[in-house]
Order: sequence, then structure tokens, then C-alpha cells
Amino acid sequence: MSLMQVENITMNFDGLRAVQNFNLDLQEGELIGLIGPNGAGKTTVFNILTGVYIPSQGTVTFAGENITKHAPWQINRSGIARTFQNIRLFDNMTVLDNIKVAMNYQMKYKMFSAVLRTPKYRQEESMVLKESLEMLQLFNLVEKYNFLAKNLSYGEQRRLEIARALTTKPRLLLLDEPAAGMNAKESEELMHLISWIHKKFNLTILLIEHHMPVVMGICQRIKVLDFGQTIAEGTPDEIKNNPKVIEAYLGEEVDH
Amino acid sequence: MKIIKSIAFWTVILALGILVEMLGRFEYINPYVIQVLELIGINIILVSSLNIINGFLGEFAIGHAGFMATGAYLSAICTVKFHMPFALGFLAAGLLSGLIAYLIGVPAFKTFGDYLAVITLGFNMIIVNLLNNLEYVGAARGMVGLPKSTNFIWVFCATILTLIIFRNIIFSNYGRIWTAIRENTLAAEMMGINVVRSKMVAFAIAGCFAGLAGALWGHMLQYINPSSFTYLKSTDMLTMLYLGGVGSLTGSVLGAVLMTGLLEILRDLGVWRMVIGPVILVLIMLTKPLGLFGSRELKIVQPKSDREEVQKYVSHAGRKHNNEL
Ligand SMILES: Nc1ncnc2c1ncn2[C@@H]1O[C@H](COP(=O)(O)OP(=O)(O)OP(=O)(O)O)[C@@H](O)[C@H]1O
Ligand SMILES: [Mg+2]
Repeated sequence: MSLMQVENITMNFDGLRAVQNFNLDLQEGELIGLIGPNGAGKTTVFNILTGVYIPSQGTVTFAGENITKHAPWQINRSGIARTFQNIRLFDNMTVLDNIKVAMNYQMKYKMFSAVLRTPKYRQEESMVLKESLEMLQLFNLVEKYNFLAKNLSYGEQRRLEIARALTTKPRLLLLDEPAAGMNAKESEELMHLISWIHKKFNLTILLIEHHMPVVMGICQRIKVLDFGQTIAEGTPDEIKNNPKVIEAYLGEEVDH
Repeated sequence: MKIIKSIAFWTVILALGILVEMLGRFEYINPYVIQVLELIGINIILVSSLNIINGFLGEFAIGHAGFMATGAYLSAICTVKFHMPFALGFLAAGLLSGLIAYLIGVPAFKTFGDYLAVITLGFNMIIVNLLNNLEYVGAARGMVGLPKSTNFIWVFCATILTLIIFRNIIFSNYGRIWTAIRENTLAAEMMGINVVRSKMVAFAIAGCFAGLAGALWGHMLQYINPSSFTYLKSTDMLTMLYLGGVGSLTGSVLGAVLMTGLLEILRDLGVWRMVIGPVILVLIMLTKPLGLFGSRELKIVQPKSDREEVQKYVSHAGRKHNNEL
């Protein structure tokens, strides 16, 4: 079943065409990679899918609903969650509270109940506490529940950010370079984590990643962007041997 | 057991309040001291409500005296012009100020994005100007003859209730949402939080309590005039807030107590008094940007229930490592 259709998306930043005629048809349950050299427009695609930017052209349809102009919070409630290229945790909140925030709209009590600490308040809060701890448990973070998010190690911060996104109960998860800044061992662990949550949570995942072993190892399909244009699409093996892709990445290496 | 303990605790607190009130009435405590104590309570309400915006939500509002003015004037109109009981005027003051704050939130957060500082300062100035020219409320002369409705026990109860209400909101879904918005607005939005709405609600609450404080203040002094509510008053509140601690209720109490006391001690300095506040504000901002108490809270302010429950869970589940990762 098709979960998301992205049709002909173009994004202009005064003069700069960051993304051009981007198309994507995501099937429910897929794990798809989005790769490309620096500045190719990958993060911009994520920002469009999550409502941070409204595209200059094109439409995004998610679960049958046109979400092109929806705000990020509406899009999250429709079932899309994401992580960010440069981690965006609630730094001065505890690990536990970071997760609890992600359950904000599963709590229905009103301010009145909060002030009076009514049974409804207590019941919902204890439900949230329990579910949050279970989530932390799954990500081996439960013992650090009382740490401020900023005091976690880099790898733990990445994990917490993924856990927090999952807590909003998405159908589609967007991961923007989750292995950035990790060494080979850490990124291998991350690869396991991603394929594990893919199965465990029955998710559809769209993954931006520079670490080729990660992408090639777990993605079923890969899309390659360069200067805003889609230059290739296919299985990991097809992508590996595609001359255009090799050229795009070689070009990048010469630049640096 | 727990219930008995907390009933005992609050009885003692209330008894203390009544004791001070009685000692004041029979002039065992100097009326001036009573008034300073009342002022401290009113300032605690003002500063902690400002803290919701500047501390917990992470915005920067600088015209809080504007809401205090609307509260003071509306309650005075109720009691002086319409001879209504103070309690009604008090409630009306809170409602109107909260409503105005909510309406100001529309341009401040919705239409123009984040221009809260400019808009709140503008609002503060407009209110003062308006009152200065409104003959109905005595223009620049202000209003006199307010009934002496504010007494120590009123302020005492209002202050404690305010702190309890704020504490309960802050340690609930609402407070977590505000703090998340402060910590990372975009990430908060990606958690399904309607940021604009949450900000408007927070701002309405802050405005409401500033209005209530204004009503208490007017009926303590028994006269009000527009010049009491200028940006200088707003600056005093900011000083108390940043002195005590941003994002901490304990800090708001501390800041209000210290600064109110200090301003009273320095009362004889006349004009120089106006210099002290800003100087302290600058010094604090430079040396301790989060205030004396930072964003920490005293233990009695933090909710207990979570800690125990989490501990139980952690000791039970802590060793069950998820090996699938
Ligand atoms: N808000 C913006 N305003 C102007 N230009 C932008 C904006 N956001 C992105 N760009 C530009 O759009 C292009 C694509 O950026 P984007 O961040 O999408 O690349 P990317 O593929 O994610 O790169 P990287 O691998 O470095 O993260 C870049 O040239 C970038 O400078
Ligand atoms: Mg990027």
C-alpha cells in the first residue's frame, strides 16, 4: 500500500534551486535511503516533508491527505516523525521528560485537572510515565532517566532523539544522517538499531546517510540526489555501480 | 499518613499567616512592616507570572506592568465606581488582564512571529498613556478612595495559591510543553505541539496573575495613578526575576523578597533608587546570567510521586539490557 506520494517538488531559495522535480512513492513498510553529496538538497526534502518549508511547487500526500501546506505539528500528528542532522534534543530537560514531551497530545487532561491534581491527571501521568520508561528501556537509556539530555554521550543523544521521535507513534520515520560523527563501530550498532526498530515498530523509514556501509546494508531502495536533481534510483547494488553516482561522489572528493 | 502530614503542614502555614495578620491588627507589628510584607507577596505573584513567559517559555516580555495596571484599574472601577465587593473586582481584574494578554498574543506570536519584547513594551506604554488621558479614571491624577480591602491574610493566601497553581502547571504536560518550546522550538513542533497556541495560553495565564496582583496592590495603597505602572515598574520585575533565577519558582520568591527588601532599605535615596535596579540587573546579567538560584528548585517544590515510581521501575528493569540492539 502506498503511504506517501511526493510529486514534482521544487524548492527555490531566492535564486538557488535546492530541490528540483523531486518525486517519491513510499510503500508502507519500506526502508528507503536518500543519499547525495553535501548540499545536494537532502535535508531540504525532509524539511518539506515535515512542513518546515512549503515547496515552491509540487504536492506531498500522506495517507491520502494533502499535507503540503500543513504545519510541522499537524504533520507529526498525522503520523510523521523525524530526527535532525544536528541533534535537537531538549538539552536542559531530563531524558525522561524528553520522552514525556513526545506524548503531549496523548494526554487529554486540561489545566484545571493539572492544578487540582485530579484522578484523571494522576491516571494519565502515570500512564505516560510507564510508557516513557518502557521506551527508554527499549533503547537502553532507562538508567539515565534523570540525566539532562545535554549530558548524555553523543551516541546516547542520537538514540534518545530516535526514541523521542518514535514515542509520537509515527507511521513514517525520517532520519537525517543519524550516523554523522560516529565511528565505524558506533555506526554499525546504529545500523542494527535502525533495522531493529523498522521491524519492531512496523515502520516505514526514509533515511539520509553518508556512511555508505550503513545505507547499502539496510536499505531496500536508494535515491540519489545531486544539486537538487534525482540522478539515480534503485537497489543498493544498482546504485553502487551507477557511473553517475560514482561521478557525483568522486566530484565531491575532488572538491575537498 | 501522607495526607495527615500535608494537612498538618498547611494548617501550620495558614496559622502563621493568621498570626501575622492578628499581630498586625493589634499593632504588635508595625503597619509599615505589614505593608512591606504585603508588597513582597504581590511582587512574588508578579515575578513568578513573568517567569512563566521569560523563564519557562523562554520568551522575552518586558511590559508586565501593563497587565498590573489593567488589573489595578479595573478592580478599582468595580469597587469605587460600582461599589462592588473587592472579591468581584479582584476576579474581574484577573479575567480582563488574562483576556488582554491572550489578544496581545495574536500579533505577538501569530502575525509577526517573535516580536514579543517590542509588543509588550508598546502595550505597557499605550496603557499608561491611555490612563493618563482618560478622565473617567482621573487621568494623570489617578483614582483615590479605594477601599482598604487588601490585608495581609488576603495577600498571603493569594501568594501561596499562586505558587501552588504555578507549580502544578509547571510540573504537568503544560509546563513540559513550555520548557520544550524554550529548549528547541522546532523540535517541539515536530513533537506535535501547536507552539503558537501554547505560547498564547502561557501568556494569558501570566497576564491574568499580573492583573490579580495589580488589584491587590491598588487596594493595599488605596490610590493608583498611571505613573506607577510605567516601564520602570516592569524593569523592577525583570530585575527581581533575573536576580532570583529564570525558570525557577524558588528563584522568583527569592528575587522578590531580596529586591523588595532592598528597595525599601534604599527608599531614602530618592531618585538614586531608580538607578539601583538597572545596575543590579546589568550586574546579574553579566555575572550570573541565570540568577542566584539558576533554574533549580527547592526540594519541596518538586513533585515526589515520580521519583519513587521511577526508582521502583529502574531497580526492577535496570538490569534487563535490551540485547537486540
Ligand atoms: N533556508 C535556506 N535558505 C537558503 N538556502 C538554503 C536553505 N536551506 C538550505 N539551503 C541551501 O540548499 C542547498 C541544499 O541544502 P541541504 O541542507 O538540503 O543539503 P544536504 O543535501 O542536506 O547537505 P548535507 O549533506 O551537507 O547535509 C544548499 O546549497 C543550502 O545552502
Ligand atoms: Mg543535510
